[in-house]
Amino acid sequence: MPEGYFGQYATIGIFALAGMTLVGATLQLAKLVRPNVPTVQKYTTYESGIDPIGRGWAQSNVRYYIFALLFVIFDVEAVFLFPWAIIFESLGTQAFIEMIIFIGILALALLYAIKKGVLEWLS
Amino acid sequence: MSGLIDFIGAVVIIAVVKTIIVFGALLLLTLLVIWFERKVIADMQSRVGPNRWGPFGLLQALADGMKLFFKEDFRPANADRWGFAVAPVAAVVPAFLAIAVVPVGDHITIGDRRVDFILSDINVGVLYFLAMGSLGVYGVILAGWASGSKYPLLGAVRSTAQVISYEIALGLSLVPIALVAGSLSLGDIVATQGGNVGEVTFFDGIPLLEQVQGIFSFVPNWYIWSQWPAFVIFFIAGIAETNRAPFDLPEAETELIAGYHTEYSGIRFAMFFLGEYIHVMVISAMAVTLFFGGWQGPAPDFLAWLWPLLWFLAKSTVFVYLFVWLRATLPRLRYDRLMWLGWKRLIPAALLWIMITATVNTEGVSRPVRLAVFGVLIVVILLWVGRGDPRLTDLVARERTSHGSA
Repeated sequence: MPEGYFGQYATIGIFALAGMTLVGATLQLAKLVRPNVPTVQKYTTYESGIDPIGRGWAQSNVRYYIFALLFVIFDVEAVFLFPWAIIFESLGTQAFIEMIIFIGILALALLYAIKKGVLEWLS
Repeated sequence: MSGLIDFIGAVVIIAVVKTIIVFGALLLLTLLVIWFERKVIADMQSRVGPNRWGPFGLLQALADGMKLFFKEDFRPANADRWGFAVAPVAAVVPAFLAIAVVPVGDHITIGDRRVDFILSDINVGVLYFLAMGSLGVYGVILAGWASGSKYPLLGAVRSTAQVISYEIALGLSLVPIALVAGSLSLGDIVATQGGNVGEVTFFDGIPLLEQVQGIFSFVPNWYIWSQWPAFVIFFIAGIAETNRAPFDLPEAETELIAGYHTEYSGIRFAMFFLGEYIHVMVISAMAVTLFFGGWQGPAPDFLAWLWPLLWFLAKSTVFVYLFVWLRATLPRLRYDRLMWLGWKRLIPAALLWIMITATVNTEGVSRPVRLAVFGVLIVVILLWVGRGDPRLTDLVARERTSHGSA
């Protein structure tokens, strides 16, 4: 095992590189051995056996963007929580109460979102 | 100077050897897990399951893989060229990268060098695992968008919304572990779960249990005993992260054909398949590492390095079995139920559990403060649990609309 801080990440780098090489090589190797018999029908978009109607990138009602916004908020919260969690024993009462307030405010935000009905699927 | 080169050389050789072993083991285990899943589900459905290739059909997964390798693999005319090609790689690479920080055994000594049974014990292992989990979603959304087809697009958008929703719960469920372990390194987290619970005084004063509480002192010191709510949240969110039943809405075949990989065939489809199964193994391995003492277990002196590996595999197999069992048992969730469970139950539950763990474990905080926070939390839980079942509110809403239209 590579020693030290950078050694650990270097190992992950080697691992990632090897992984991508392996996957890439498999895909390329398969290209050499598989048959290729193109027909027009084969290359149409799959739509349960019927000729496709309209474009593939069709517009549809996406209700997810609010979830994406909330996701950012709570993921950032998690980023703040982890460092606190590791050393909270040595931080004492003040940090404990501050963190409770911080989590409380975000919990209130979630409660507000729920009450506003943005998390309801059937609007 | 030559000493330095020797040192770097040895370091790189060890890293490369480990990488090769990990890849070999992962691919072999994937084949076994696929066979295991098919056999167990067959058993639960009173079928025989794969039984043609090899003893007990063990080679069936290998045969399927070979078949996919030699199958024609084409890109639909409507698809985006580069996105379509990159997506399978983007889906499978983060899946196996996550295994790099999981300790699978103790260490051995080769010459004067200590070699740990872990690829890389970085000090932010838990965050690294979460990061790799979220990178996997790129493969899914890229596959869905690049296919240029309706069903994959819907499947990909669904999957993204699902994964980011449950990722929060997954991340928050690991904060209490960081609180009690005081570290994010998975090696440290396993080390803090070593040994037994020790002297148990929990039942002091209770007549009958007081006499027999000594037997509990042999219970291993795993986090599951004190952190079981975190484990429940972690495992539910973990299943949702892998897009497996009952959370397999991204590929719900009854409505979306095959979801985001509808347009994929041959070896590229196999890559998505591989990614999903590696993901299952990673979540199982993480569950074992974080809550069930990792590789630790009773071991005789004979072949001392092998036993931790076997313990780790045995414990992980239990969780893989749980994955299969859930798939065979539970029907798929409706989408609004899925979002309801993620946002209105798991995330608040995870936040509350963080606060409870912090309140109980804080030494520096005076008793009245702790009691006050605890009291508030209990009131919140009571109010929250007391809220109505959404199935009932759904029924009420439907009743109202039908009255309105009549």
